Amino acid sequence: MSERGTWPGVGGLILAQVRHQVRLFLRVPIGLFFTIALPLIMLVVFNAVFGDSTVASEAGEWPTRQFYTGALAAFTAVSATYTNLANTVPVRREEGILKRWRSTPLPVPVLILGQMLGALVVAILGALLLLIVGVLAYGLQVDVAALPNALLTFIVGVLSFAALGMAISSAVSSADSAPAVANATILPLAFISNIFIPLEDPPRWLDLLGDIFPLKPFAESFQASFHPIDPATSPDLGALAVVALWGMFGAIAAVRTFRFDPTPGARASGRRRQRGRQRST
Amino acid sequence: MSAITVEGLVVNYGELRAVAGVDVEIARGEVYALLGENGAGKTSTIEVLEGLRTRTSGSVRVLGHDPADGSRDLRDRIGIVLQTTGVERQLTVAEAVGLYGAVYRQPRSVNEVLELVGLTDRADARCGTLSGGQRRRLDLALGIVGSPELLFLDEPTTGFDPSARRRAWELVDALRSDGMTVVLTTHYLDEAEHLADRVGVMSAGRLVVEGTPADLQRRSGRTLVSFRCGGDEHDLAAVTRVAEGLGDRVRLVDGRIELLTVDVTAALHALTGWSVAQRVDLDSWSVAQPSLEQVFLDLVGGADDE
Repeated sequence: MSERGTWPGVGGLILAQVRHQVRLFLRVPIGLFFTIALPLIMLVVFNAVFGDSTVASEAGEWPTRQFYTGALAAFTAVSATYTNLANTVPVRREEGILKRWRSTPLPVPVLILGQMLGALVVAILGALLLLIVGVLAYGLQVDVAALPNALLTFIVGVLSFAALGMAISSAVSSADSAPAVANATILPLAFISNIFIPLEDPPRWLDLLGDIFPLKPFAESFQASFHPIDPATSPDLGALAVVALWGMFGAIAAVRTFRFDPTPGARASGRRRQRGRQRST
Repeated sequence: MSAITVEGLVVNYGELRAVAGVDVEIARGEVYALLGENGAGKTSTIEVLEGLRTRTSGSVRVLGHDPADGSRDLRDRIGIVLQTTGVERQLTVAEAVGLYGAVYRQPRSVNEVLELVGLTDRADARCGTLSGGQRRRLDLALGIVGSPELLFLDEPTTGFDPSARRRAWELVDALRSDGMTVVLTTHYLDEAEHLADRVGVMSAGRLVVEGTPADLQRRSGRTLVSFRCGGDEHDLAAVTRVAEGLGDRVRLVDGRIELLTVDVTAALHALTGWSVAQRVDLDSWSVAQPSLEQVFLDLVGGADDE
């Protein structure tokens, strides 16, 4: 038997996958627009329209211009993980890219971890960009004492939403329906989670509805670290527990339902399309 | 030593039996071609060998592994060129080859691989912009980048123009001389005839016949007689009727009448006798072993009749 040398190191493999995922992300203009540019535009527009009012909070009046940055940074992170994975994984499945990777000696956990960590890196970059713009243009106050809490909340949130994104990517029937499913789940949630508009005295049921899904607890506890009067230096454990619970649920569902192969129906049509493409050349 | 041993392989998709009991043994260094029409079970068989499909029953060993175990060692030692695998469209060709190569124990260099498949001048093109034929060459590149001992090629030259096909054949010939085992499926009989040491013909989920291309031609036990008819359409119809009484698979190809016959002497005697009696010229005679394509049509047609 021929000597085949040593295996490439696991650390290097993971790093290569993360780099690969980030590179892919940066080369898809539509993903870049919805994940990075759109929240930035919203930050500018919302502030132009509502920036001079305030949001009531227990510690006192909160200038809206400061309120928005934290909420939209959290939303960017959710777009980079949940929406991004829910959109791209079904496409990769349908195009047979996952199937190709599975035929290589790349360990499957490295492949999946690479996709999730790649999304995480994009989330960090996107959120940082918003926070920097917030500090420079909208007087966002960053209290160093509250940063560890902000970071912890961010990591828990982003991992949870990445897991949920992987889970939903197995639930969509085809790559064509992926963007619809991703947006139909996250956008209505964003409206009741005080991302776009801080709801003043919402009806009790709407408030509760926001609380049981993970977006509002995540966005609010992340925002709380940037409160101008009373920045939260320790985590809101109740809110984090809701987010983490959803994340665990997502991770279990993702592991149980992850597929490399397109569904049988989608496979047939994918194959037909491929054949058609070949004929046309 | 065998590269592949398959015994009693069965693959069901729900009610449908795609592979209905296949036994096959492929030696190291051998080039083996699986032939058959769409739906004959070729792709299902090959995907079980690759570890990409679960079998219903039967025993399978590939390079000493059961492919169903998903062993990393096995995946390192095989290369796969499928019809249904894609590649990240946003990557350049060179990036893709480098990225996939880096997961193997013994990667070939990017330049070497691109040179081998003839994509050097497209190295910096995005994968999404390649033509169909170039995409298949990239598939081939990603199949061999890990220096496999065993290469699976599922219809590797579908969509190739004749010169690209010839290049692909040269590549397989070169890899074979390095001692690589190759299992390919194809629709093109000239491809099997050119590349394969041994051919297996599948029909309705079974391996109906197996042998070297020359074997199959001989085993058919028939000879191909063909000639041109010098008369008018009426004469052509008349001589075709005569031919149909003498052999099978009578057809008109490029103005020549072809038939397969077991008794060449009798057929020639009858045809030349007809020619003299009717005063119709029959010329450009050829008496030859049938091509693999004719044997194939014969075999698959026979299996359908059962």
